[in-house]
Amino acid sequence: MHGDELLDFDIIKEDFPILGIKSHGKPFVYLDSAATSQKPKQVINAISDYYSTYNANINRGVYEISERATDAYINSKMKVAGFINAKGIEEIVYVRNATEAINLVALTWGDQNIKSGDHILISEMEHHSNIVPWQLLAKRKGAVLDYVKLSNDRATLDMASLKENLENRPKLVSITHVSNVLGTINDVKRITRMAHKNGAAVLIDGAQSAPHMKVDVSDIDCEFFAFSGHKMLGPTGIGVLYGKEAALDSMPPLFGGGDMIKAVDKQSATWNDLPWKFEAGTSNIEGGIGLGVAVDYLNSIGMDRIEAHESELTEYALRELSDFDGINVFGPGVKDLRVKTGVISFAIKGVHPHDIATIFDNEGVAIRAGHHCAMPLVVSLAPEKAVSRMSFYIYNGKTDIDRAIGAIKTVRRIFKLD
Amino acid sequence: MDSDIYADELIEQYEHPHNKGTIDKPDGEMHRDNPLCGDDITVYFLSDGDVIRDVKFSGSGCVISMSTASKLTDFVKGKALGEIEGMGVKDVIGLIGLDPGPARLKCATLSLRALKEAVFVYEHKVVDAETKKL
Repeated sequence: MHGDELLDFDIIKEDFPILGIKSHGKPFVYLDSAATSQKPKQVINAISDYYSTYNANINRGVYEISERATDAYINSKMKVAGFINAKGIEEIVYVRNATEAINLVALTWGDQNIKSGDHILISEMEHHSNIVPWQLLAKRKGAVLDYVKLSNDRATLDMASLKENLENRPKLVSITHVSNVLGTINDVKRITRMAHKNGAAVLIDGAQSAPHMKVDVSDIDCEFFAFSGHKMLGPTGIGVLYGKEAALDSMPPLFGGGDMIKAVDKQSATWNDLPWKFEAGTSNIEGGIGLGVAVDYLNSIGMDRIEAHESELTEYALRELSDFDGINVFGPGVKDLRVKTGVISFAIKGVHPHDIATIFDNEGVAIRAGHHCAMPLVVSLAPEKAVSRMSFYIYNGKTDIDRAIGAIKTVRRIFKLD
Repeated sequence: MDSDIYADELIEQYEHPHNKGTIDKPDGEMHRDNPLCGDDITVYFLSDGDVIRDVKFSGSGCVISMSTASKLTDFVKGKALGEIEGMGVKDVIGLIGLDPGPARLKCATLSLRALKEAVFVYEHKVVDAETKKL
């Protein structure tokens, strides 16, 4: 699709119709991909094509287009399995998003395995999606929710704190692969190994990693890995729970209904094979198909090249930001790009993050401000309980960062910071 | 919404807010925040019978929330409690002279919500639905 030469991101940009719009009369710059990614026309067309030419329910019809729809849906699971190096589609459960994937584990595996007094271990850099399900489970069961602390640099996890907490023999360790606020890449392989040595099962929240880097769940060796389709060029409403076959086999289903059973009599039912045991009712077929095409698109570029591109943008942005006085950047710095994705949260002294985001918006540049669904972390970072964040993806280039820097200059002019 | 939010007048109010501070032993006091964006305001007032004698606010937030609080506290001094109970979104927009748009309206109404709730509590009245929606 894009040839073998160095990536030309202006060409990639042309695949994303939305990047041609204007916002407040200016060419639109999208720097909020950590919230949701934009979609290439290949994904948009695949969904339209499904509804226009082979819309039918799956796993039941004997007619041609139903078989075609079933094939497309199962194919997308095979693509996803390959994308994260799972053994096969029996380990790929489709859900709405990473949040639902984590809740599914809490409500099934958690209900079965967590008892009163047990410990569940998460970290201080989690998104609410990897905090609240465990709070609910801990309340239901009388279990204890513990936190791995941040290091003194407020950028990485404190491995000594991890070791200390593992001495409580938690039943489950649930940690984010990449922080949606700091961009920190956690060494989840090492964390998983340490957790396993102490008898814990491991869930990795991959919402911010799967779109941006090569993920190998077999190498990480975690029991569960959760991510969302909409952050990786796919449509909303489709997400993935990867689970080791043995783990998924041991869990009861969450929802009962059609598709998740083999047979039903008046008083009982037998469960369908994996992964269908966890997919009751008609699936999000367009979502599955769209996600499969998104995976194709990412593979056509190559995750290693995507990672390199985003790292280059991040380095450029961090260096540009360092030219200003009074700008505080959170997370790993320019010397630690190896452990940072293209997520840059920052504060401008004397200016509220919401004002920064509104002034960016007036310049046609979309960024996010607020607690980023990570209140325990953001409250500890910033007295305003909010930070501004720009986040990059394959369709961003240095000119987009130049526009962001221009918007920062406008902020400084309005607030008389120069 | 446009850059009017950042016109010199509101920036001036933000940088030099009126009535910023606290009141010891106030007749009414209410804290309200907006966790989504981080705006955080406490409003304090003293009353003379059914009239606001003094009013102050403390807290932190964006230009819209802080400049509105500044203008609102100026406006309500000497006003009857009953008049404050009847205030709403339109009054806030009138005070700051612009509609901040749906994404930022909550910033503008936060101080009015805190003040109205303080007044309702002071008068032993139930906070009305209109105020809860601010």
